[in-house]
This record gives sequence, structure tokens and C-alpha cells, in this order.
Amino acid sequence: MKKAGIIMIIGSLLLLGLFKFPLWNIMLGAPQYPDPLGMNIHLNGIQGVEEFDIQNIDGLNHYIGMKTIPKAEDMWEFTVFPIVILGMSLLGVLIGILGFVGKISYKFFLGWFILMSVLGILGMYDFNNWLTSYGSDLDPHAIIKVTNPDGSPMSYKPPLFGYQKLLNFDVTSLPHIGGYLMFLGMALTLVAFWLGRRFSLKTAKLTTS
Amino acid sequence: MKNIIKSVVAMVTVFIAFTSCNNASKSNSKSGALASNIAEKVYVAPGEYDEFYAFLSGGYSGNLTVYGLPSGRMFKEIPVFSQFPTSGYGYSEETKPMLNTSHGFIPWGDSHHPDISQTNGEIDGRFIFINENNTPRIAKIDLKTFETTEIIEVPNSAGNHSSSFVTENTEYVVAGTRFSVPIPQRDMPIKDYKGNFKGALSFISVAPETGDMAIKFQVLMPGFNYDLSHPGRGKSHGWFFFTTYNTEEANTLLEVNASQNDKDFIAAINWKKIEEYVNNGGGTMMPTDYAHNVYDEHTHTATSTMIKEVRVVNPSEVPGAVFFLPTPKSPHGCDVDPSGEYIVGNGKLSANLTVHSFTKMLAAIEGKKFAGEAYGIPILNFEDVLAGVVNQPGLGPLHTEFDDKGNAYTTFFISSEVVKWKLGTWEVIDRKPTYYSVGHLTIPGGNSRKPQGKYMFAMNKITKDRYLPTGPEMEHSAQLYDISGEKMELLLDFPTHGEPHYAAAMRADIIKENSQKIYNLADNKHPYAAKSDGDTKVVRDGSNVHIYMTTIRSHFSPDNIEGIKLGDKVYFHVTNLEQDFDVPHGFAVLGQNTSELLIMPGQTKTSVWEPTKVGVWPFYCTDFCSALHQEMQGYIRVSPANSDTPIKWSMGEDIE
Repeated sequence: MKKAGIIMIIGSLLLLGLFKFPLWNIMLGAPQYPDPLGMNIHLNGIQGVEEFDIQNIDGLNHYIGMKTIPKAEDMWEFTVFPIVILGMSLLGVLIGILGFVGKISYKFFLGWFILMSVLGILGMYDFNNWLTSYGSDLDPHAIIKVTNPDGSPMSYKPPLFGYQKLLNFDVTSLPHIGGYLMFLGMALTLVAFWLGRRFSLKTAKLTTS
Repeated sequence: MKNIIKSVVAMVTVFIAFTSCNNASKSNSKSGALASNIAEKVYVAPGEYDEFYAFLSGGYSGNLTVYGLPSGRMFKEIPVFSQFPTSGYGYSEETKPMLNTSHGFIPWGDSHHPDISQTNGEIDGRFIFINENNTPRIAKIDLKTFETTEIIEVPNSAGNHSSSFVTENTEYVVAGTRFSVPIPQRDMPIKDYKGNFKGALSFISVAPETGDMAIKFQVLMPGFNYDLSHPGRGKSHGWFFFTTYNTEEANTLLEVNASQNDKDFIAAINWKKIEEYVNNGGGTMMPTDYAHNVYDEHTHTATSTMIKEVRVVNPSEVPGAVFFLPTPKSPHGCDVDPSGEYIVGNGKLSANLTVHSFTKMLAAIEGKKFAGEAYGIPILNFEDVLAGVVNQPGLGPLHTEFDDKGNAYTTFFISSEVVKWKLGTWEVIDRKPTYYSVGHLTIPGGNSRKPQGKYMFAMNKITKDRYLPTGPEMEHSAQLYDISGEKMELLLDFPTHGEPHYAAAMRADIIKENSQKIYNLADNKHPYAAKSDGDTKVVRDGSNVHIYMTTIRSHFSPDNIEGIKLGDKVYFHVTNLEQDFDVPHGFAVLGQNTSELLIMPGQTKTSVWEPTKVGVWPFYCTDFCSALHQEMQGYIRVSPANSDTPIKWSMGEDIE
């Protein structure tokens, strides 16, 4: 159980990587942009991959009537997400310590993982909602209006995950280092759960025999 | 060069008898298979980069052109000494001071010899310097931005030709005078030239960090013509060598009168010694006036300062600093090999190439073995300093460059060829024709301790039938040769712009990495910059009207302007708000008497317009900046002088 507790602590601490590294990254390449423009989604705001990328993305987006990319203070998420991640990390560490000293059951590890997954899915849902509104809530006076074959206005929603072609842009949306660290951390908490369970079953066997 | 053409006509007839020995190598027609192999050597696939940058002087274009090697593709023309309507250089208010001189504004120049800055004898790719021959000036181009950022006028000089070569650590960029003149200039009979005219050799210091130029001192030499020069390097670092002709001191019909002496001189100048003398207060401050023009990258504006005095040094004041090395027949190029030991005097009217030895020169000076003196300057014995002679390599040797394997390559103007020969043994290894009448040649890193070899290109004076004809006037031609093997191999023939004299070339990596993409708008300190649409305004100041205008894809702000009256001087201060690589905007207004402006991202440029007619005149973006480029336009209303139309402006709504 000691090993499980340590892994639980490590897994939870990996979440803190999000305070240093971006969670997600969206790259926009086009014939005129052989060096793609890009934005990194950090826990506390959106930053350009290069110094002026956000400004340049906004500049291009004004043709199709998209809103400018929100500043940190424009979205409650960038205030709440850091608190949630910090809270979950501390909670995970606490559970890990308590597990390490044998005060609580390994089942708390799974409990943490489920809570984190629910929060993560909610976060993704929220993120996707934002992408949808960002990509489809267009200025009616937009310079360039592109419609789908059925006549409805085309949405410029970037993909939540993976690749999509949007007009002349090749858009790729993937987790970044912070995101990968978070996934790794979450996976480790599952490992902790599994180790804890195995230890628990072993001790159970020992006590019954 | 025209003078040479004239003067060699006679030579050709004389030499025609023994040119037959050179004709054997003329025919080197390649088979089809071999030719395609050559094509691969210069083929740079779409999207790939050239291995080398080459900077070719524009000669009478006054500019500097940037090429890639081995493709021979031209990337840019950098305006230096000539107005350039393409970008507004020399027309915009910010850049007009760059072309200021003590003779006033000069719209044109004759650029000759570019040289890249060096550190420890190796080219470092920070700056490139180039001389203006006609109204003597030296320019510095910053290789971060590929823009001319400094021009200094050289007083007491005339025909700034033995320039602009840098010393091993870019301590100095050196500018020698081709024409000797009265110093100081004065009203005197031309026939009194001899003994009265002088030749100024100027040592312009370059500040190590900033690259700022200042004339440290001028050596006032006898009234010869100082044709070309090169710095010593390695063991000869601290010396500078100048070829001279017209040691006869003729002032008329020089083609005959300056070709009488069997030998002219290479002047060897121990600049370290003179520098020390000057640092200890030596020399004399002489009243003069010359312009020093500096472009500030933050204000995007040049300022021109007139300087009123210059420090001059008479060689006789500094014994042991200046010597003459006799060199046959009006030597042209003065080239120092990578080791610094050999000084090649390309005696343009001689059939042989003369090579002096630096070590022998020092020994002769040490032994005080002088053949005589000229105006108090010791003349060494020809035999004492001679390292060797390349016998009958060709006709009309002009310039020599070096590779990294101990070989030298000399151009021959009259026999129109490049000859490869070996340093030390003086044997001719190979010769290849050029098309036609070659002047300079360049090997990347050729003027340094570490030539980068691989390619050599020859820049020719006569084009004739090389390309599809374009009427009487044609661009000059250059040929690129592969010099990696024992024999040179002709790879490519490409047209050049203006009349390239010398060129400088180097491996692309350093310059490529440092090349700037945009100007940071936040760093823009232009006094009339509008850094956002909110800063735009129109301000009347008497009959001057200042328009603080912005551009961003795809509009001007303001784009409706009223209240201008006939007789007004309208300043369009246009700031490009873009911060995206390669998104310039242009500005032109109907009836503009200057040129357009081409404004790079983050930059501010100003065009003055003095409207001559009442009306509503359009202005527009001249660079196809975006999908809505054609929409990027505006109107400016010009009212009669006595009208009371108020100054008003707008963007996105009507002026009420």
C-alpha cells in the first residue's frame, strides 16, 4: 500500500505541470503560413505560440467575422480551472498520504480518479462549447461569408481533438505537455488504485488463511 | 572600367602575337549527359534554400543586390546610395537624410566593393560595408534587416575606389582615394597637380558593439591614384596594402601619361603604428565638412549630422609606418592571401602577375634596404620584396581571390578568363573562359583568413550575346564555377543588376538565422507613429497638415480626410500595424510628386504631398496585401486655398 500511496502522490502532483505547460494546442497552417500560427491553451489563458500569433489569428478572423480570442479576464474558466486543478492535486496528495500511512482504503484512489474524470469531461464539454460558439457566432457584417451546401453559414469551429480543414487553413488540435502530464498523472492514480487493490487482496488472503 | 577598355585597345594589338598560347582551353563543349550533371549542381529545388548568400555591388545603380548561390537567383535589391522608389528610400522624409552630403542631397551613387564584417579574420555576417565612388561615401548595411543604416561621407577623397575593405576584427573599414585632389580643396590651376595634389587614405573606425562608424584618421599620401586595397591578415594584421597607378602624377590623358613608369607601387601602411600615433594625440585636426547619416531602427528615421573637422596624418610624421613596394605596370587589384604572407599586385598592363612577400618586406624594412624615396616615403627594392612571379598567365590581370587549399584565382580582363594558380610554386593549374571581359571575381569568404571555397563567380563587363537580346543596353553577366576540384568547372551563367564590381559572399546559415521578420510595433519610437486605430488623427500646423495614419489588412485609418487646402504641405505618416511576417502595405496618392511608400510591419514612413489641384483624390495600398487589397483605399479632399472646410477625418463612417 505504501507503493500505491507514493504513486498516487506522484500522479496527483503531475497535474501541477499544467501551471507551467499548456493543456492544449491548436495550430493553424495555410499555404501563406508555412510556419503555422498557433495558440497554446494554458490553465489561466490563451497564448500565442509565437509572440504575435494571437494578434495575427484575430487579424485573419476578422474577415470571417469571428470574435477576437478571449483574454484571460473575459472567461471565468481561466479563474476557476487553476483552482480546480490545484484543489484536485492537493486532494490527490492528501489521499495518497493517507493511503501511504494506511488510514484510508485504496478505493479513495479510484474515487479521486472518477471525480477528476468527471471534472475533466465537464471541462472538455465547456471547452467544446466555447469552440462552437467561437466558430459559429459570427458577425452578420462579416467580410467573407461562406455557406455550407445546404445554405447554412459555415462554422469555423476548430476541432476539439485532431485535424480539420477550415477554408485555406489546416487546423490541428492536440493536447500539449501539460495535458499529457495530466493524463499520465490520472493514469498513475489508476495504477495506484490497482496496486492498492492487489495489496489489499493479498493481505486479505493472508489474514483469511 | 571604360577607361581600361580604352587603354587596353592598344595593348591588345601588341599582345595579339602571343595570345595563341591561351587559346587551347577555349573549347570545352560538354556532352549532353555531362551538361545535365552540371544542371543538378546549380538546381535548388522549389522551397529549398541556397547554400550561400552573395552580395553584388550594383555599380552605377548605387545599390547592393542579394543573390543565392549556386542558383544565381536574385532575392533583393538593397537601396544604398540611390533613391529607390520601390520602397520610398531617399524619397520618404525618414530616409532623405541618408543621401545628404556636404554637396547637398545626392540622389545617386556608384557602389563598388562590398565587404562583410569580420571577427578574428573570419566573416561574421553582422554588417556589410560598401563604398560610393563618385561622391566619396561608405555605407553600412545591417544584415539583420538588410537595410542601409549608416552612411559616412569621406572628405578630402575623390573617386572613393580603394574601399571599403575591413580589417581582421572590423577595427576599420578603409577608404582610399582613386583621384588625388588639392587638400584642402581650393581654386588652383590643374597643371600644378604634380607635387600639390594629395591622396587621402581614410581609416574609418567601427565600434565593436554598435558598428557605429567614425573617421579616425586620414593618411595624406603623394598625389598618385590609389586603386584598390586589402588588409593584411594573420601575420600581416595591422598593415594595409594599396595599389597605386599614375605615380607619374599626370593630370591629362592618363591612358598614356599614367602608363609610362615601368613600375608603380603598392603602398604598405602600418595602420597599427599610425593608430598608436593618433591615440597619443598625433596628427592634425583639419577643417572640412562631411555628412554622417545614421538610420535609427526605433524611430525608423535617419538623421544627418555635418562634421566640421577630420584628423589628418602626414606619413613623414610617423617614420616606419608607410613604404612603397615597386609593382609592375599600373597594378589594379591588391589582394592578400588567407595566410597574410602574399600580396598580389595585379599589374593590369603587365603580362606577369607580381606577388610580394610580407616576410621579405619586413626583412627589407628591418635592413633599411631602400631603393630611394618618394615624397619622403621609403621605396623598397623590387627584388627584395618579391615572393614570385606567375609567368604569362594571361592578359590584363585585374583581381585575385583565394580558396582554402592554397590556390589563387585571377581574372584577366583582356584575355577574358579566370586562371587558377598555386601559391608558392606560381604554376598555372587551370584556366577557364569568362563571357566577356571579366572584372572582379568572388569566392565566399575570399577576403578572410578562412575562405569557404566550393564556388567562385566571375562578374563580367561585356554581355553581348549571352542572353536574349534586350536592345543596346543589357544587364551584365556573371558566371559561376565549381572550384572544389583540381579543374574549375563552369556551372551557370546569370545576369546581374547594374554593374557589379566586387561582391562578397558567405555561407547562408549565420545570416539566415539572424534575419529579422518584422519590426516590433511596441519598439516603434517614431514621433508621428499611430500605434492603433485609436491614435489616428489629422493635425493642422499652419500650412502643414500631419496625418497620423495606420494600415492593417485591409484598410487605412483614417480613409476619409477633409480640410486640406491648396498650398498645404500634407505629411502622410503611415504606420503599418501588422506584426505578421511579410505583410507590408504600400501607400500612394494620386499626383504624389515623390514615390510610393512601402511600409514593413511595425514601421512608420512619411510621404509629403503638396496637392496642386482642387478635388477629391484617392489613395490606395500598392502592395497586394490581402484578399481585400483592392478595397484598401481612401479619399482626401482638397479645397481651394481660401475655403473654410474644417479638418475632419473618419474611418468606417461618414464625415458629417
